[in-house]
Amino acid sequence: MAEEMRLVLRNLGKIDPLKIDDYLAAGGFNSLKKALGMNKSDLIQEIKDSKLRGRGGAGFNCGSKWNFAAQAQADQKYVICNADEGEPGTYKDRLILENDPHALLEGMAICAHAIGASQGFIYCRGEYPAAAEILKEAIAQAKDKGVLGDFDVEVRLGAGAYVCGEETALIESIEGKPGEPRIKPPFPPVSGLWGKPTIVNNVETFVNIPLILEKGAAWYAAIGSPSYPGTKVLTLSGDVVHKTFFEVPTTTTVREVIYGLGGGLTAGKQLKAVQIGGTSGAFIPADQLDTAIGFDELSAIGAVLGSGAVFVLNESRDLADVTARIAKFFAHESCGKCTPCREGTARMSDILDKINNGQGKAADLALLSRLGRVMSCSSFCGLGQAAPSPLMSALKHFPADYEARLN
Amino acid sequence: MPNITIDGIKVAVPEGSTILQAAQEAGVNIPTLCHHPDQSVKANCRICVCEVAGSNLLQAACSQPATEGMNVKTRSPKVLEARKTILELILANHPQDCLNCLRNENCELQSLAAEYCIRDNPFELKVRGLGKDLSTPALFRDPDKCVLCRRCIEACSVIQTVNALGIEYRGQKAMVVPTLGKNLIDSPCIMCGQCIHACPVGAIGEIEEIDELLAAIADPETVVVTQIAPAVRLALGEEVGMPTGDLPMDVLVAGLRQIGFDHVLHTNFTADLTIMEEGHELLKRLKEGGKLPMFTSCSPGWTSFCETFFPDLLDNLSTCKSPQQMFGALVKTYWADKMNIPASKIFSVSIMPCTAKKYEASRPEMQSSGFRDVDLVLTTREIGRLFRMSGLDFEKLAPADFSPWMSKYTGAGVIFGASGGVMEAALRTVYEVVTGETLADVNFTAVRGFEGIKEATVNLKGTEVKVAIAHGLGNARKVMEQVRAGESPYHFIEIMACPGGCIGGGGQPITKTNKKRLERIQAVYEEDQACAVRKSHLNTEVQELYKDFLHEPLGHKSHELLHTHYQAKDKKFL
Amino acid sequence: MDYQKILADYVEMPGGLIEAFHAIQAELSYLPEEAIIQAAQVFGIPAAQAYGVATFYSMFSVKPRGKFVIRICESAPCHIAGAAKVVAALEKELGINMGGSTPDGLFTLEFTECVGQCQAAPVITINGKPYTDVSPEKISGILEPYRKNI
Repeated sequence: MAEEMRLVLRNLGKIDPLKIDDYLAAGGFNSLKKALGMNKSDLIQEIKDSKLRGRGGAGFNCGSKWNFAAQAQADQKYVICNADEGEPGTYKDRLILENDPHALLEGMAICAHAIGASQGFIYCRGEYPAAAEILKEAIAQAKDKGVLGDFDVEVRLGAGAYVCGEETALIESIEGKPGEPRIKPPFPPVSGLWGKPTIVNNVETFVNIPLILEKGAAWYAAIGSPSYPGTKVLTLSGDVVHKTFFEVPTTTTVREVIYGLGGGLTAGKQLKAVQIGGTSGAFIPADQLDTAIGFDELSAIGAVLGSGAVFVLNESRDLADVTARIAKFFAHESCGKCTPCREGTARMSDILDKINNGQGKAADLALLSRLGRVMSCSSFCGLGQAAPSPLMSALKHFPADYEARLN
Repeated sequence: MPNITIDGIKVAVPEGSTILQAAQEAGVNIPTLCHHPDQSVKANCRICVCEVAGSNLLQAACSQPATEGMNVKTRSPKVLEARKTILELILANHPQDCLNCLRNENCELQSLAAEYCIRDNPFELKVRGLGKDLSTPALFRDPDKCVLCRRCIEACSVIQTVNALGIEYRGQKAMVVPTLGKNLIDSPCIMCGQCIHACPVGAIGEIEEIDELLAAIADPETVVVTQIAPAVRLALGEEVGMPTGDLPMDVLVAGLRQIGFDHVLHTNFTADLTIMEEGHELLKRLKEGGKLPMFTSCSPGWTSFCETFFPDLLDNLSTCKSPQQMFGALVKTYWADKMNIPASKIFSVSIMPCTAKKYEASRPEMQSSGFRDVDLVLTTREIGRLFRMSGLDFEKLAPADFSPWMSKYTGAGVIFGASGGVMEAALRTVYEVVTGETLADVNFTAVRGFEGIKEATVNLKGTEVKVAIAHGLGNARKVMEQVRAGESPYHFIEIMACPGGCIGGGGQPITKTNKKRLERIQAVYEEDQACAVRKSHLNTEVQELYKDFLHEPLGHKSHELLHTHYQAKDKKFL
Repeated sequence: MDYQKILADYVEMPGGLIEAFHAIQAELSYLPEEAIIQAAQVFGIPAAQAYGVATFYSMFSVKPRGKFVIRICESAPCHIAGAAKVVAALEKELGINMGGSTPDGLFTLEFTECVGQCQAAPVITINGKPYTDVSPEKISGILEPYRKNI
């Protein structure tokens, strides 16, 4: 039986997020103190040794990323928290922001020390105004207490653009521009915000940092999957009994999450598919439920861990309908910069609508496959590259849903 | 020097090269669409994607750095499928009216579609249906044809710093639009037409007025007279398949007569005249403590830019009309009298390398003759089309002469076509007028070339005159900011709106690279070199004009016909 | 509306255009052309660029909207939970279509993508405040306080 393991959500429900004293009483900011007493390279080595990988979706080794920024020579460096949680079905960052804002600030301040930055930004999506207010209050309290030292941090609000979850698009947005991704290289740790070395990490990533310093890299590396240690906060939605969040070690299987913690499907229905990682994730059929919620384990079956969203569909759901809705999402959220994504997402949506209207032909399915292949390998950024993934997986595992609609 | 392999060909390329540059080195052609050799890398069209060993993602050749040991495939099945699909996606909302398009046979998208054998596009044709913006007298926009490469935006905002264009919305709703989604006429657009050269397709072009010309020619009552700007001849040959500069002037005149022009004259004549007026204006300002530095005013894109962005410095602009408008004012007065043709019957056409000239001719104050001074402005490209329409064989055409009185010119008039040319022409005349001596060497090479801002100091027998030359409005802006700040060390500044000067004008044959601009500049100075007379004040027809009609530079008649005033443009959206 | 007064708070903030736009929208529900022009001047950028920002982000509108902007999530979890029924009920209740505003200037109906309240779909937000587990029956009750708060 799977059990929760609350590391990231360690303070949820236990402290008042608007009272810094609660956080301090729970041992808060001790890790920052420890970090400030450490040699920077030792600090980065500690993070590297923990094998912590970014929780934003790309899964890059966190310490290695910091090291690039630490090595870069510049008069100013920046630490940015990506709180632009836009993957439908995901709200784990909101939980953290609303319940434990100081843990985030502490993680960012440790990063700032490690790379030599004095300014940080929290880019909070515009759909989370309440979280932004809590963050601002937390920052004010932290400044009052002087716990952040010379690290200054500012909240910037997004304004409704999923693409700003892409780190260079996010940087553009903080610079007050449309959220269009930049050409890489250069990568942000070398040239990011205003051209300065910049670390962008997800909320969940930062919140792990104080814990790693407190309990040690070896302790952390031993939790969960060896290649992606630690826990993952999952948010369950769709046709599952417990539509709520759980934090589990990364060795927990999808089946354990849905049927153990999630309480199985509503109305006693059978599972048809589950989409993990958000709306850009692949659909997983019932026979692959024993896959662990680990980065590499999910990659191995053509799926992604992504944001940790777990979207459950029962036997009555029609993938042609669900993927048509998802295609609209991407058409709406494409920034429009590159051709495959701008035109491809819209065409994918159009063709799916045509199929759902009973106007589709077998050739349309072949065209969708080709379009998906091309978008996934030729789009400018991760948005266009991932956009076809739900449809491609659904076409692979549930072709009957589409064929039934063909004219 | 990274060593990389492209389609099995090994090349060593300089550090920092892209795959695209390496491929050029290796002799492998990679298609591009958003890429422009003189602009920043955009990597947004994705036509240039290639397979790089070790990555499932295809890489854009235009942006991906070539790194040691890289193995690139540019024509694998995966690459071809991607390129073809991307082209189909673009074409699926592109109007399929190549036959009617201004850019037919000179369109990067059309060429790519042909190269990649796009036949039955599986994506349903959905044209955006936005319609054309015909709000300006010089340029149109056809956003339905836009491929969102953004080259026009860079030309407008980075090279010209006019910022009339931007992107609105996102995703498939994303569009290139004039400021605030308005019509072009309501934007800060100064109609320089540099966006036309940047556009790979027919989404922006000149307002074509060939039919207006043909109607005038068809009317037996109308005397159709044309002037030809200095930068036209050398580029016009490009439109009829000749190397830059190779179309002889007398053959061009013959060609224009074949088309049906009754009289062919030359703007070079008023270029020389401009030097007389502007040179004396400069001397007057220097002597009488007038507003300095004085700016040239030949380039209507530039004068509009000044009216739009530097209205506080309009007094620094020379009051001289551009050579086109001086010509227009004289052709219906002086020339009409000389030829004994009623001005009312004259249809005055000007053939220009410029789109902004179409606007300039339409300005209400440009009616000094009592009529509209210039009735029609045709660009080099439009004349090129007329020549192709006429079926003329320029190899076999017998040379013909200009009509008299306003067609003689000197090398000084010729070099108006290149950045630095007006300055050099002015210096040749001003030097001799002030010093009373003959210049030992008429070549002021310091003011020539493609450098964005050039400067020189000329010693006029004790008086040091400091001059500067800027071409491209981004460079002009830098010079102007200096003037505005009161820190400009110059007495006289030549500004041309277009990079390279008129040879790179918005009405010239589609100019894909600055390399072509350099070739044209070369041709300008060769033509100057070949002229027997190379100083404006020695133009005998100009001397006659002063003797018979104007009497003296800056005189009463000159003021009436050859000088103008400027007005701050009420552009709210900058 | 004195935009300069609002903009003044953000002049010193590098890249603060988006924050400034939020502040203007908090007052007016949308970004009037004049506000965009003045913001461009304050931040020293071309109006074309400021307009690009104003139109890129889905929470900004360059067209007038009602005092209360109701956004209905249509992302997949809300979609399968019956967002379409909520849309139909709201349209009926307010007598307008999605994208439209009520003649009294009180409400505007818009689609949104996920607002991160997927534990209780379907979800709507009114001026950013989320309402979860929304059903057609709950609509008039949810709107009640806004209708009174003219």
